[in-house]
Amino acid sequence: MADIVLDKVNKKFPDGTVAVQDVDLEIADGEFVILVGPSGCGKSTTLNMIAGLEDISSGELRIGGQRVNDKAPRDRDIAMVFQSYALYPNMTVRENMAFPLRLAKLDKETINQKVDEAAKVLELTPLLDRKPANLSGGQRQRVAMGRAIVRQPKAFLMDEPLSNLDAKLRVQMRTVVSRLQKQLGTTTVYVTHDQTEAMTLGDRVVIMRGGAVQQVGPPQELYDHPRNLFVAGFIGSPSMNFLHAAVQDGGLRTALGDVPLGDRVRRELEAADAPRELILGIRPEHFEDAELVDEESRRRGLEFEAPVEIVESMGSDKYVYFTVEGEKASAAELEELAADAGAADFSGAGSNLVTRLSAESPVAEGQSRRVWFNLEKIHLFDPANGRNLTLHEGRAAGALAD
Amino acid sequence: MATGTETTTRARLRWGLLDVFVVVFALVPVLWIASLSFKTPATLTDGNFIPREWTLDNYKTIFDTDQFVRALVNSIGIALIATLVAVVLGAMAAYAISRLDFPGKRLLVGVSLLIAMFPQVSLVSPLFEIERQLGLFDTWPGLILPYITFALPLAIYTLSAFFKQIPWDLEKAAKMDGATQGQAFRRVIAPLAAPGLFTTAILVFIFCWNDFLFAITLTSTERARTVPVALSFFTGESQFEDPTGAICAAAVVITIPIILFVLFFQRRIVSGLTSGAVKG
Repeated sequence: MADIVLDKVNKKFPDGTVAVQDVDLEIADGEFVILVGPSGCGKSTTLNMIAGLEDISSGELRIGGQRVNDKAPRDRDIAMVFQSYALYPNMTVRENMAFPLRLAKLDKETINQKVDEAAKVLELTPLLDRKPANLSGGQRQRVAMGRAIVRQPKAFLMDEPLSNLDAKLRVQMRTVVSRLQKQLGTTTVYVTHDQTEAMTLGDRVVIMRGGAVQQVGPPQELYDHPRNLFVAGFIGSPSMNFLHAAVQDGGLRTALGDVPLGDRVRRELEAADAPRELILGIRPEHFEDAELVDEESRRRGLEFEAPVEIVESMGSDKYVYFTVEGEKASAAELEELAADAGAADFSGAGSNLVTRLSAESPVAEGQSRRVWFNLEKIHLFDPANGRNLTLHEGRAAGALAD
Repeated sequence: MATGTETTTRARLRWGLLDVFVVVFALVPVLWIASLSFKTPATLTDGNFIPREWTLDNYKTIFDTDQFVRALVNSIGIALIATLVAVVLGAMAAYAISRLDFPGKRLLVGVSLLIAMFPQVSLVSPLFEIERQLGLFDTWPGLILPYITFALPLAIYTLSAFFKQIPWDLEKAAKMDGATQGQAFRRVIAPLAAPGLFTTAILVFIFCWNDFLFAITLTSTERARTVPVALSFFTGESQFEDPTGAICAAAVVITIPIILFVLFFQRRIVSGLTSGAVKG
């Protein structure tokens, strides 16, 4: 077991593309860290550099306090689980799991004992004599994990290990991975493009975009206090609503009405180079049916009326979709996120608003409905660089903070 | 549904007849040769497909002559060595071509293709001169070397197609599991490429075994003369004897190693060996 430190690590390919730039990351012993981001953000390249499958262009990588930049994968004592599982098809499950031990030249008895132990942990014992071709997806995935844990390495690297499983199995395996990691207490770096996996699994999440780290922190912190537009848009499902907002007379003019500003944000906007247009971000759960809001909360928020487009009743609450008139929020980050979700060319007129209202709300499709939203929970972003203007000392304070 | 079954029966019949025709067409000459090899000199030309009088004299004759046995040994030795070397070298080259991106890769592939397409007849005279100068003329290496040269492009082509099918992740996984590059190749990649290796071995072996052009130009005595050439020099015990029966017997004998070789390796050419390695 060991800690992993990335010190200004860069990866530049021979053709000049920079896949990873200046990544600084300290992963403590036993920590479960998730690298997440859209495809092409450099997360897999970072993992491969830790594994030793890719060279590091510049910077330093230390595992257990030792510089390992020039060490071959076999000398780093780390195990990896691949997205494709990469089981050896010519070997049985037992031989697959024994392979790293045989390469390490352990004696036969120890090998058998260790394989049996690992098989028991992953409930693979009845499958030990089968070939990978005769296993289901979930079983193959478990064999791949078994091959990784069997030699008790310093760290586990996992490259989207669950993305080939179907949705139900993925949720199930998520808990298996989580439990296994806690049980073994081994440092783990886990790569995924799925923000739900990132939120539910990790002690800490690293969000990457275009080869650079955007924000590092515990899942809840990233959710509540996103440092920039990209993090805000990437984390959360359904994702945060973004609206265009124009700065006017010390307030903001938006499609939902005029938003008053507290002193802190106003001071920020008085600077000479301050943006005249902003992007307003609100999470779906910070909306509520205006009828159901008590007097005290009402004062902290703003109300607007809009036609209801679609109502999705989830039982515990309702997802209600509104269309609001007005200019769409636009920024490079948002386009990138939309492209990653595959929805870049799918957008109607005006802005779509996703809200999560209480189940008691009598809202119905086709009606117009008054909706309240919490001003203390909104975020304001600079469209030019994506910075979160409502963030002070790492805490988001909403629009009204003094 | 009645019409459906009818068409399938009719289609089956049509295909069956076609298959029988092809098999008969291919096998009749072989059976004819086999039949001739069992006939006595007197009945050789009687035109019967099934010999009236069976005899093994022809086989006795060829194995009694040192000429044939010696040629058989040469053929087997030369073909096996050339096959082994070509497959090993071809495997390494094909692996590099399918895995690495090195400068001049396309050129290398192009040149090897060029060698395969070069008419061998035009190379025979220069090779003859070169081998005489180097003292390779009429030796085993004198045949093995050109065989390897002409078999390598074939080997590289077949093998790189097989290597490309093997998921690269397996090699990475082996490296992560603690294997060196060599161990990863030997213990993970090569076993998976086995069908390709055997297919290539069969093709190369047949090429070497059947070659007549190089063998007749680059040999002069029994030291390195292979069976196809020896057959053409076959005259029988005395010059008055008609060697047709013996030639037929020899022809039957030299097809046997090929059949054995193919049967032996065919069982290992199982497709879909890599299934289960990676998803999808």
